[in-house]
Amino acid sequence: MHTDTPQGGDLHFEVGQLTRVEGEGSLDLRVAADGTVAAQLRIFEAPRYFERLVVGRTPDEVIDIVARICGICPVAYQMSAVHAFERLFEVEIDPAVRLLRRLLYCGEWIESHALHIFLLHAPDFLGYPSALEMVHDHLELLSRGLSMKKLGNRIVAIVGARAIHPLSVRVGGFSRAPRTQELAELRAPLEAAIIDAEATVKWAASLDTPPSDREPRLVSLRHPTEYPMNDGRIVSSDGIDLSPDDWGSAFEEVQVPWSHALQASAVDGVPYLLGPTARVALAADQLHPRAAAALKATRISPEALRRNVFLSIVARAVELLHALAEAADIVASYAPPARHAAAWKPKAGVAAWATEAPRGLLFHRYVLDAKGLIRDAQIVAPTSQNQAAIEHDLALFAPAVLHLPHDEATRRMEQLIRSYDPCISCATHFLQLKIEHAR
Amino acid sequence: MVATRLPRVGVVKLASCDGCQLTLLDLEDELLAIGQRFDIVEFPEATSRRSMGPYDVLLVEGSVSTPEQAEQIVDLRARTKRLVTIGACATAGGIQALRNWSNEPEWRASVYPRPEEVESLATSTPIAEHVTVDAELRGCPIDPHQLLELLTALRIGRRPQLPDEAVCAECKRLGRICVLVAGGTACLGPVTQVGCGALCPAYLRGCYACFGPRDAANTNSLAGWLARDRTEAEVDRLFAGFTGYAPAFREASRRAVEAMQPAARRRRTKGKAT
Repeated sequence: MHTDTPQGGDLHFEVGQLTRVEGEGSLDLRVAADGTVAAQLRIFEAPRYFERLVVGRTPDEVIDIVARICGICPVAYQMSAVHAFERLFEVEIDPAVRLLRRLLYCGEWIESHALHIFLLHAPDFLGYPSALEMVHDHLELLSRGLSMKKLGNRIVAIVGARAIHPLSVRVGGFSRAPRTQELAELRAPLEAAIIDAEATVKWAASLDTPPSDREPRLVSLRHPTEYPMNDGRIVSSDGIDLSPDDWGSAFEEVQVPWSHALQASAVDGVPYLLGPTARVALAADQLHPRAAAALKATRISPEALRRNVFLSIVARAVELLHALAEAADIVASYAPPARHAAAWKPKAGVAAWATEAPRGLLFHRYVLDAKGLIRDAQIVAPTSQNQAAIEHDLALFAPAVLHLPHDEATRRMEQLIRSYDPCISCATHFLQLKIEHAR
Repeated sequence: MVATRLPRVGVVKLASCDGCQLTLLDLEDELLAIGQRFDIVEFPEATSRRSMGPYDVLLVEGSVSTPEQAEQIVDLRARTKRLVTIGACATAGGIQALRNWSNEPEWRASVYPRPEEVESLATSTPIAEHVTVDAELRGCPIDPHQLLELLTALRIGRRPQLPDEAVCAECKRLGRICVLVAGGTACLGPVTQVGCGALCPAYLRGCYACFGPRDAANTNSLAGWLARDRTEAEVDRLFAGFTGYAPAFREASRRAVEAMQPAARRRRTKGKAT
């Protein structure tokens, strides 16, 4: 960290590279003598032009390519894409295929949430530079986390052949569906992991969290009967309710005057929050009973969970438990699909869909020609949508820590940023985002 | 206890998805032991400890795709005894290297409204085109077993034992039904370096060359064989993937990208020497 005190008593905090986040970004926060806070969260992830890379490709090629946007959540990219194409082509997938897709996604949520809770976020709360230094004092905790993470990866690997960039997802279904026995082997480990996840919720709720207060606008999917994941309408805490087809009627990618890059935002300009906190708040009634019970036992009110940014680790733990419990249910009732892949015919048109990546809503929109080749693509990653909320919360939170020593103040602000589990590699198309809040 | 110095390890990334360095964190059973046997002094994705070096070993993920990265990799090379590239981006340029045959400014403008503000090179290139590389792990992503083998070898000071044969060879040994011969599925297994465990045929689809071409791969022969049942354009596209910029796949990839990107082809034609 670098700090300096220029003329006029301004304070300047600079974190050259944010650590324990996926991808590359930096924080630059300027506090003027009059208390004015200017926050700059700069993303310097190199552009890779994914939206252009998929032009001219077939839908199945796109499923392989978009996985590479993010090594942490490749399934999310595959799911938003495959559902979008199937919707356009009017493919009826086998009900067991639909469940397998959900199981695959549960695997990714488990892996991603466990990674973040135990390896990236826990060190903030327990005061270590990384999880590796926690090994002497918190071995049991770490072992529990790693074993859940491993199980999440194992689920993805059984359904998708490997944990990172799985390869079985195809338009119409899967190239191969697991045998009953392959999934049955997950039953005992899942039961054990559910117990571990219940303990994790309790542990997360016991952590000492800094005070923070905000009233976030929340956005997630909403499905009539399922906790938001593969399918649903886009809803918000203030009344948005629309089909992913109509994403553009409430949201847009804009070039704001203070930024050199695209930023996803609501048409009305009000920042919104995606991810575990938003989903737990908007779909509390759809949590698995075991997850709902664990959350209730924490005695953290829904209001506190929503308003304190640092409690996102509790929401993430609740979802870790939910994903494990749902995976166990799917595994218990699994019978291989009659058709592992339904036949389909290409069709010209617009294919749009949204799913819930571990970090929040992931919107895809493709324009296809009559041969089924991609002509245009738009991919809106969760972190590009959370950017405005992160900066908003930073500006709210910064004054409370400015009296602390510089290192400590900066550490707290990094902790706040990590509360969003920002996945900067997923930044398909935003760079150098800069927001200034005049206060 | 004798205080022997642990090897100082750095893990850094350039243009990439984070998946290969995540493979290290995915060694759940070994991760804590690895933390005891190496001094991981730089790994921004996993630790707030920072070190500018010197490193004994630096694992580098990602390709060189910005002017800053081109300088950074030279600087990093000077700070490490050994430099190991991990993954298809670092070893072959990655999927983003397909832009090497495009009109890059036009691609940039298609994604960014103010392209002039985006720092990017016209090309995405493997690390070895910029600095000397001591060892490489291929794959998109790398294989966790190969990563463990590499770390073990580094720790005890021997050469890593990495398989050097075609996906086909392993696939046959595993007794899998050939998706190419029996199923008529396009499969790049005959020309692709093994490493993944022949996963695609096991999941009833064709290999798409995550580990890149074998040395002296006879790409033309396979392409001719595949062209019996599909157009040459379709065959070219098969090679234009995550290791499409690897020399043995380059010619087919170039044709594929130019066919998919008519605008790029028009501008490129003018600059052709022949």
